[in-house]
Amino acid sequence: MLQNYLKIAWKVLLRRKFFTFISLFGISFTLMILMVATAMIDHVTGPATPEKRLDRMLFVNFIKMTGKSGNMNTFPSYYYMNHYVKRLKTPEKISVTTTFRGVNSYVNNKRLSLDLKFTDANFWEVLDFNFLEGQPFNQQDQKNANRVAVITDHARDQYFGPNVSAVGKYMVADGIRYRVTGVVEDVSYSRFNSYANIWVPLSTAPYNKDDTGLTGSYMAIILADSKADIPKIKEEYQSIVKQVKLPNPKEFDKFYSHTESILEGTIVRQLLGDGENSGMGKFIAIISVVVFLFMLMPTINLVNINVSRIMERSSEIGVRKAFGASSNTLIGQFLVENIFLTLIGGLLGFLLSALVLEIIADSGLIPYAQLGLNIRVFGIGLGLSLIFGFISGVYPAYKMSKLQAVQALKGGQV
Amino acid sequence: MNNYTLNPLATNNASVDTPPHHQKTVIKLTDIEKVYQTKTIETVALHNINIAIRKGEFVSIMGPSGCGKSTLLNIMGLLDEPSSGTIEIDGASVKSYSDKVLARLRNEKIGFVFQSYHLINDLSVVDNVELPLLYRQLSGSDRRKRALAALEKVGLSARTKHFPNQLSGGQRQRVAIARALAGQPEIILADEPTGNLDSVMGNEIMDILLRLNEEEQTTIVMVTHDELMAKKTERLIRLFDGSQVS
Repeated sequence: MLQNYLKIAWKVLLRRKFFTFISLFGISFTLMILMVATAMIDHVTGPATPEKRLDRMLFVNFIKMTGKSGNMNTFPSYYYMNHYVKRLKTPEKISVTTTFRGVNSYVNNKRLSLDLKFTDANFWEVLDFNFLEGQPFNQQDQKNANRVAVITDHARDQYFGPNVSAVGKYMVADGIRYRVTGVVEDVSYSRFNSYANIWVPLSTAPYNKDDTGLTGSYMAIILADSKADIPKIKEEYQSIVKQVKLPNPKEFDKFYSHTESILEGTIVRQLLGDGENSGMGKFIAIISVVVFLFMLMPTINLVNINVSRIMERSSEIGVRKAFGASSNTLIGQFLVENIFLTLIGGLLGFLLSALVLEIIADSGLIPYAQLGLNIRVFGIGLGLSLIFGFISGVYPAYKMSKLQAVQALKGGQV
Repeated sequence: MNNYTLNPLATNNASVDTPPHHQKTVIKLTDIEKVYQTKTIETVALHNINIAIRKGEFVSIMGPSGCGKSTLLNIMGLLDEPSSGTIEIDGASVKSYSDKVLARLRNEKIGFVFQSYHLINDLSVVDNVELPLLYRQLSGSDRRKRALAALEKVGLSARTKHFPNQLSGGQRQRVAIARALAGQPEIILADEPTGNLDSVMGNEIMDILLRLNEEEQTTIVMVTHDELMAKKTERLIRLFDGSQVS
C-alpha cells in the first residue's frame, strides 16, 4: 500500500511542476534557515572537541553584583576562584583559566597576532584536545611556573612553518620565551571557555597575591563525576555563593553567581537573565514562537497548495472511497504523501544547509569554526521536516476525508 | 435473457417487488427518499423507492436524464445516503454502520463501473486494477496475481503496464471492469458503462458483463439509456421524476 501511495505522491509532484517547485522551495528554504540556525547554536553550545563531555560540565564565567552603584556583571578574580569555587567538593575536577588575551609574536620581522590563555594543568584533563604532537604541560610545570606552552597547528604553521615539528622548540609571545610541549588541532573561536592559540601555565600569569577583590578575568570549568551530580554541584555552589563576603556592601549589597551550562550561563543569562533567574524559560518561549512563526508561512502556503491539489484529485478520492478506503485511510494516505514531499524538501534543505555552512566556515566569520551538519543537527532537521509535513497535511487531509464519495466522483468542491 | 417487468402498483403500496427465480436478496431498498435541499429550493431526487435485488440477477435501470438513476445506484452502492428509508445488504440494515464498516462493505461486496471510467491516470493499468485489494490484508504478490487474473478475464493481459491515457475508451472501460472484478465482489454496480462508447465497443463491454453474470453468478445492476442493452438484462426498472414507474 505504501508503495502505491509513494508512486502516486511522486506522480502528483511531477504533474504540476511549478506548484511542486514553490512547495519544495518553501520547505527547503525554511528548513535550511532553521537548520543553519540549529547548527550555529549546536556549534556554540553542543559537545565538540575539546568540550566533548558537556553533559558532565558546568562553567563559572560571570559574577554579578547589584546595589546603590548599579549593576556589575563581570568575570571573577583569581582570588574568587581559589577561595570560593575551588571549595566545591562534589566535582571530579575543577580547572581555572583566564580569559584569552591578544599577544604578539614576530616571525621574520612580521607581527603575528595570537590569543593566549593561562590555564592550570587540570585544563588538559577536563577537556579533550586532539594532540597532533607532544603532550600537555603537567602539574609539575604548573607548580614550578615553567615557561612551557601548548599551541595550535595554526600557530605552529605561522610561527615555525607549515607542518614543521614544534615540540621542544621555543616560541616568543609578548617578549616571553616558551618551550612548546604539544601541538593541538585548532579550536573554534566560539568555544569561549577553551579557545586560544597558545595555552601556558596559570602560575606564570601576572597577578597580585594580595588582591582580594572579587572581579578579574578568570573562568572555571567544572567536570562532574556523572550527569547525576550536576544538580548537587549547583546546589553546593549556591551554598558557597551565600558565604561570599562583599568588599564594599555600601556600593554593592547583593551578589550572584551560578554554575551552569554554556547555553544557560554564557548566552541566555547574559541576554535575558537577572541575578536569580537565568531566563531559560523566556528563551525557550521566544525560540518556540520564532520557529513557529517562521514555519507558519510556508505551512499555510503548503496547506493552500494541498487543498487545490485535492480538487484535482477528487475523482481519485471518489474512486478510492467507492472501492473501500475509509476516511481515516485516506487521511493516512494524504499524510504519507505530504510527509514524503516534505522529506524531499527536508533533504534539499539539508543539502542547502551544508552548502551555506560551508560558505560561512570558509568566510572566516567565526575563526577556526568547523561548521557542519552532524547527526544531531540531521535528527533535528528530520524532526522538523516530519512536523512540517504533518502540520501542513492534516487540514487538507481532514477536508478531503469529509468529501462525500458521490461529490468527489462528480469533481465536487472541497 | 428474459425481460422481467415489475408491477407498477408495487411502488404505491411500498411493497417490495420480487423476481421469481432467485433466492437470496442481496440489496433491499425500502421507502427510499432522496431530497436535495438548499436554502430556497427542495429537490426530490427519489421518491418512495422499493426494490429488492436478488443474488445472481442482472437488473437494468432506465429513465430520462435527471430522473434519479445514478442517485439510486449510488444509494445502492452505499456511496450516498438516502434522506429516509432503509438500505439492507444481505438482510442487514446499514443505517447504523460507521464510515469504516461501510467502507469495508463496499470493498468486499461491491464493485463499481462508471461511465467515465474514473481510472487513476498516474497509475498503470495493473496498479489501477489492484486498487480495491489495497484495502485488504493481502500480500503484494497476491494482489498482483488477482489483478492480472481480472485483466485476463477482460482480455487485457497485454496492456498491464500501460497507462490509462494510452488506451482506447473501450479498453479503459475493460480496465474499470477488471478493477471492479479484482476484489471478487458479489455485486457489480455499473453506471452507464457503455455510455461513452460506440456500439461495437459498447457490445463488447455488455458481453463481458453478461458473461460475468452467467458464468460467475455475479449480481449486476446497470444504469443505462440504451433500450437494446437493457433488453439483454433479466429485469428492467424504470424511473421517472424520481419515482419507480415499472
